[in-house]
Amino acid sequence: MIQITAEDKLQMLYDMLLIRRFEEKVESLYQQGRIHGTMHLCIGQEATAVGACFPLTKEDKITSTHRGHGHSIAKGTGVKGMMAELLGKETGYCKGKGGSMHIADLDVGNLGANGIVAAGLPIATGAALASKMKNLGYVVVSFFGDGATNEGAFHEALNLASIWKLPVIFFCENNLYGMSGSIKEMVNIKHLSERAKAYGIPGVTIDGNDVIKVAETTAEAVERARRGEGPTLIEAETYRWRGHSRSDARKYRTREEEKYWRNEKDPIRLFKNRLLEEKILTEETYDEMEKKVQDEIEEAVTFAEKSKEPSLDSLTEDIYA
Amino acid sequence: MREITYAEAIREAMSQRMRADEDVFIMGEDIGIYGGAFGVTNGMLEEFGPERVRITPISEAAISGCAVGAAMMGMRPILEIQFSDFVVIAMDNIVNQAAKMRYMFGGKTKVPAVVRLPSGSGLGFAAQHSQSLEAWMTHIPGLIVVQPSNPYDAKGLMISAIKNDNPVLFFEHKLLYNEKGEVPEEEFEVPIGVADVKREGTDITVVATGIMVNRSLEAAEQLEKEGISVEVIDPRTLVPLDEKTIIESVKKTNRALVVYEAVQRGGYGAEIASMIGESEAFDYLDAPVSRLGGVATPIPYNPKLERAAVPQVEDIIAKVKTIMNL
Ligand SMILES: Cc1ncc(C[n+]2csc(CCOP(=O)(O)OP(=O)(O)O)c2C)c(N)n1
Ligand SMILES: [Mg+2]
Repeated sequence: MIQITAEDKLQMLYDMLLIRRFEEKVESLYQQGRIHGTMHLCIGQEATAVGACFPLTKEDKITSTHRGHGHSIAKGTGVKGMMAELLGKETGYCKGKGGSMHIADLDVGNLGANGIVAAGLPIATGAALASKMKNLGYVVVSFFGDGATNEGAFHEALNLASIWKLPVIFFCENNLYGMSGSIKEMVNIKHLSERAKAYGIPGVTIDGNDVIKVAETTAEAVERARRGEGPTLIEAETYRWRGHSRSDARKYRTREEEKYWRNEKDPIRLFKNRLLEEKILTEETYDEMEKKVQDEIEEAVTFAEKSKEPSLDSLTEDIYA
Repeated sequence: MREITYAEAIREAMSQRMRADEDVFIMGEDIGIYGGAFGVTNGMLEEFGPERVRITPISEAAISGCAVGAAMMGMRPILEIQFSDFVVIAMDNIVNQAAKMRYMFGGKTKVPAVVRLPSGSGLGFAAQHSQSLEAWMTHIPGLIVVQPSNPYDAKGLMISAIKNDNPVLFFEHKLLYNEKGEVPEEEFEVPIGVADVKREGTDITVVATGIMVNRSLEAAEQLEKEGISVEVIDPRTLVPLDEKTIIESVKKTNRALVVYEAVQRGGYGAEIASMIGESEAFDYLDAPVSRLGGVATPIPYNPKLERAAVPQVEDIIAKVKTIMNL
């Protein structure tokens, strides 16, 4: 079992808070018209991103989704460059050309968010193949949603990674819905992890709002992958508090259900209370942490706002290598 | 006449056909109470129920193939692909199956399916949600490709598309959904393969597709103030193309510009331009036929860059002036 120190736990809480405050900030900037386009917020799902990235080294890789801010932050992508990207600035991770749905930071193993549902799974499989063929030792975690498990790409990638025993972890964030489709109505099985069986790999369903559980489960899958035993499918149950994207009236779910997940299953509050109980944290140190997070976010906004827009010449740069 | 939006026009056409023909049904992701990503199917689940408003899993390969099979067996499915960019996942079923089936089987089957494709840039959705891919479809024999630019044409073409016995790729523009225009309440058809002269003029013919029709009309209005008379033609259907209307216009104006949003290189505008060049209109030309299309780049996120990636009103005006030697 992986060792998680008190210091680790405080860092995990910090990262989860950073994700939430980052998203609250971009949400308000969007409402003020300072960010355009669309965005998909992962508020309420912070434990899956942080827990799954905990056992990874900088050399390990992730592939992310349209709902990718949390994955990026958890993998070590800085909020300054992310904020700048969302504001469409030249200093953003994608030079202002990608936006929320395409944040990538290869330097820390973040192979990119993706606007195409389930597209990350085969790419992660390929990245794992490169690791194996070149004996590079890294593993790949591929994040995707419940809805993505109905794409052919999901099934084809799991099978391929299984027969080639590739070092990849398929990490499903089951937040109960696609855009509006309830996963209960979209599949005829109880747990999405059951699908692992069809491809001869282990599959588990866990509480995705328990960051320690997520970290431990992923760590086990990572070890298995590093030993050359192939992929694992992890299904982490969680909930997105916000609508699918900015234009969602949330008619497909009840306010009661939302209240339950907010009040009873907030991954940050649960973890904070746990750390208070374990006497790793005090209300005082928590407030300091909050303050530090706020400062980091404000610094990111200032950085982004001061940054330049990309020049018109950059329109046709970076199309070919 | 009452005015409705482009989105409402498409919905009305589908609903009227569904009331009239029980074989017509719609299929797609989030098309129920969510109304689809752009609200086009709002209220249809309530009226027609889940048997005929089929909310699908996120499975473009399965649902497009399912549309083909159902169409072969006598149904008339209308498939919504949430953003036209995702059609790539449905491509085998459209290109290798639907388009060729009748021919391969010696005329023994038909595939009367409509595939709705919200397209185009302008909303900050970046490279994987903003493309204009209609040229791909026009390259495939067996497919019909339509691209309405206003609510009237959207309704009339949708009615025709549903009644048509071939696979029809129906390219909608995301920026047009809220545009209003006069549309008759009753069912009517805008025939497949008939272009529309959106504005008459004498100095130059601008053949524009999709949202570029609207931008060309705006450009024409401004150019008129400068004494340039622009005729704007909207083919409405790319395949089959109403060549005659275009040729006749060019014979009259002696100049032609083709404007489209898709990447200029390899775009359908190139086909229209060479068609003009090879036609009897050639002898009437006072200037080479020109194209104005999108820059050969993925669509960027930054709003200024996004705007620069596709033709805008001022670009059309500048291009017309160049052709006119002004
Ligand atoms: C291939 C493809 N089909 C459809 C979409 C539109 N779309 C974007 S996100 C989404 C829902 C995805 O659900 P899920 O995988 O559960 O992820 P979540 O949004 O819940 O995080 C849909 C249908 C898309 N981006 N790509
Ligand atoms: Mg989901």
